[in-house]
Amino acid sequence: MTPKFKSAVAAAALTASVFTAHTALAADTIKVGILHSLSGTMAISETTLKDVMLMLIEDQNKKGGVLGKKLEPVVVDPASNWPLFAEKARELLQVHKVDVVFGNWTSVSRKSVLPVFEELNGILFYPVQYEGEESSKNVFYTGAAPNQQAIPAVDYLMKNEKVERWVLAGTDYVYPRTTNKILETYLKAKGVAADDIMVNYTPFGHSDWQTIVANIKKFGSAGKKTAVVSTINGDANVPFYKELGNQGVKAEDIPVVAFSVGEEELAGLDTRPLVGHLAAWNYFMSIDTPSNDEFIEKWQKFIKDDKRVTNDPMEAHYIGFQMWVKAVENANSTKTDDVLDAIVGVTVPNLTGGYSAMMPNHHITKPVLIGEIQEDGQFETVWRTPGLVAGDAWSDFLPGSKDLIADWRKPLGCGNYNVKANKCGGQGS
Amino acid sequence: MRFIQNNLFGFLLLWGFLFFGLQATSPTLAAEDNLTTHIGTMAAANFTALSKQIEALAATGDPRVVPILEALAKGRLFFRKSDKKVVFATKVKRRYKLSDPLSGDTLGEVKKSKVKKIRVNNKLRRQIRTVLGGLTLLSPDPKVRLKAAEAIFKSGDATALPALEAAIVQELDTDIRAVLRQARAVAVLKSDRPDEDKKAALTILEARGDRDALSVVTAVARTSTGDLKAIADRTVTTIQETLELWNIVQNIWYGLSLGSVLLLAAIGLAITFGVMGVINMAHGEMVMIGAYTTFVVQDIIRTSAPELFDYSLAIALPLAFLVAGGVGVAIERGVIRFLYGRPLETLLATWGVSLVLQQTVRTIFGPTNREVGAPDFMSGAFEIGHLTITYNRLWIIVFSLMVMVALMMLLKYTALGLQMRAVTQNRKMAGAMGIRTNWIDAATFGLGSGLAGIAGVALSQIDNVSPNLGQSYIIDSFMVVVFGGVGNLWGTLVGALTLGIANKFLEPFAGAVLAKVFVLIFIILFIQKRPRGLFALKGRAIES
Repeated sequence: MTPKFKSAVAAAALTASVFTAHTALAADTIKVGILHSLSGTMAISETTLKDVMLMLIEDQNKKGGVLGKKLEPVVVDPASNWPLFAEKARELLQVHKVDVVFGNWTSVSRKSVLPVFEELNGILFYPVQYEGEESSKNVFYTGAAPNQQAIPAVDYLMKNEKVERWVLAGTDYVYPRTTNKILETYLKAKGVAADDIMVNYTPFGHSDWQTIVANIKKFGSAGKKTAVVSTINGDANVPFYKELGNQGVKAEDIPVVAFSVGEEELAGLDTRPLVGHLAAWNYFMSIDTPSNDEFIEKWQKFIKDDKRVTNDPMEAHYIGFQMWVKAVENANSTKTDDVLDAIVGVTVPNLTGGYSAMMPNHHITKPVLIGEIQEDGQFETVWRTPGLVAGDAWSDFLPGSKDLIADWRKPLGCGNYNVKANKCGGQGS
Repeated sequence: MRFIQNNLFGFLLLWGFLFFGLQATSPTLAAEDNLTTHIGTMAAANFTALSKQIEALAATGDPRVVPILEALAKGRLFFRKSDKKVVFATKVKRRYKLSDPLSGDTLGEVKKSKVKKIRVNNKLRRQIRTVLGGLTLLSPDPKVRLKAAEAIFKSGDATALPALEAAIVQELDTDIRAVLRQARAVAVLKSDRPDEDKKAALTILEARGDRDALSVVTAVARTSTGDLKAIADRTVTTIQETLELWNIVQNIWYGLSLGSVLLLAAIGLAITFGVMGVINMAHGEMVMIGAYTTFVVQDIIRTSAPELFDYSLAIALPLAFLVAGGVGVAIERGVIRFLYGRPLETLLATWGVSLVLQQTVRTIFGPTNREVGAPDFMSGAFEIGHLTITYNRLWIIVFSLMVMVALMMLLKYTALGLQMRAVTQNRKMAGAMGIRTNWIDAATFGLGSGLAGIAGVALSQIDNVSPNLGQSYIIDSFMVVVFGGVGNLWGTLVGALTLGIANKFLEPFAGAVLAKVFVLIFIILFIQKRPRGLFALKGRAIES
């Protein structure tokens, strides 16, 4: 035996032993992947979600884990870099062999990991409100679809505030553009004239809002009640609201309803001039239910900061995680196909005092709440849907998607079934 | 005085009669009971019931209703969960201090869970605003009267006409009377008075000529017919034309404001990149460090000396300069000095430094936005003609010019400035004259970074204080310096203002996204034509 060969054998043996040790360990735990950016632009929102997942996992382990096994979180950092999301997803599924992944925030990052999850047959829980027009066998959308947020918000303004003129302001990317397209069609169907709709897009991180706020005021002086529907995302919101406050755009005159502004975004703002501006979500931290109180207390204790707030995507992860746990227990297995079969119809309590159910289109049922900003940076619920609203993957208000439905139950098992043509496959993924 | 008081009280009652057509008895015990009952039923009322209670409260005409309604609108009216008693509540730390809404007696402190806020929505806030306007129209305080008149102007309720007319007769202050007349004009337009009255009202609104007036007149033009419509249409056109002119002034102002922000962000870079020639990608992070210094200063002030809050920015300025300047010197000594004359390596190294700094801040302060408050003198706005000028923008323009002047003086009149210029013009010769060029390099870089830190203090007033703050300014800063002419401070000033104004004139037509694209294309073309920017430096320094 030459020394070279000997060392090669030793190396192989070492690798093998490491590998077996690894699998032996894996057999004792169930691995949960967490795919949220911890650095870069999106870290501001996503770090919180990583922390909430760690808390939920820790909590579940205290209760004895799942199927008698402990849960083991595997945290990776895709660094707000969309292609890196796909790589990290692959790493989670192939290298770490996780059983389920909770992650993503932006739509573009979700689109980037989608093919990976479909190819490797993994499970992804996506917790953020999004533009719809998508349904995947491997993805569960626990955030709001447009019909669970945008449409009820517009209805509220039309009915309660008698709004006749609309500014649709958004950041220039896929979520605001699709949502605004849906809203425009919806408003026109409701008899709003094209002249009474103003659409405005701004770049990511836009910080000089003077002209746009002035334009909104100008648009609002046409003798009709005007409202702003804002799909402005992320960092741009703080300067936008500061400018609104400084230029004296009062909620009583021109209310702004936002779909991406939650408690976390308001934490960096003096909200006194903004009282009364609105947001539409499926959860507010101010919701007065015992389960929510308990959740907030647990969260603030976990993060060791009694000023930290909770928000809607956190509740989405809370719901999604419980659903997954329940589906795994029902299926008595963590294998993707078993969980996929078991999860549709699973119903778990949400934090707003009701129950959410997983629908066949992989979206969930939720109440829709409209809240007004208060002086303390919280939202006060001023209206909520009487019942639960089921998420609609394919909007009924877009010509390309109104005939499509998604139903992942057997035997149909199709994400884009065209009910007119009676066949699976149509537009979209 | 006594007469006025009585008169006021009687008038409020009259107004209550007319406005709501409700029966009110003489202001005796009955009214007292009435008030208490109305207030009592506000606890646990839904929005519709609450709206009725507000109406009823206003109808009593009792001046004591005013603070109660104000508290309700501001979310300071609570009720005790135990006995449903409606109380004023002020937050003291984590507890609430309660007092009786009518007598003002204190009712002790309770825990947050013992009381519940009486909720209002926008509709109720609007109602309260109108009602308060009606109740305070004859208040002895002219400021309150003006606010009341504006409130009625905004709500434009035809039923308020008699009250307005009575108030106009009594009002002695000409400014307030003007607003009252305008409010009356709006009310007349919404009433069924004869067209002649309405035409007169249109003239009054035309004189006011702002967006609110335009809004009312447009609505009239849409709904009326014949003669009146023709006049209304004409009024709309006149107002629009005036506003169009003001729009140009507004664009210039916004441009100056954007320009001053660009100037502030770029001025430090004009030193490090412009004078020293270092491509410093971590420049934005110096701005961020300045902003975080402001946050820390405010945080300390909030917890230990809240009365100093209005001076927080003044305290933060020198500290931000020192902190950012210190970090700058450390970067220069630790990284950049080994890389002089190797622009590509400098670029990559400083890019790395910027990532390190971002993540460090993220680790220390967390990834979420931090709140930096505005001192009172920087919040709100005032109007010149039809131009709204916000105080924070005004102060930033003044501040950026001050920084610019100070920097120029420093470069021109101090020994340090002279040495800096000497080193950048001819390093070897400067060294031969006994200047410690190494030391000057570090000081210059520190100065540039310190200036960026100062910019951070100002930018914390208009932007997010988050670890990503710097990234949004780095490209703009380079754009300004390159456009203005590398190594020339005047160029930076003119460049920043030009880009700001160009951007603001493009934005209304092209939208924010395209405006940015156009400005970039313009700069690319400009640089093709004049590679050294607007104000090119001449002489040997350039060639080396």
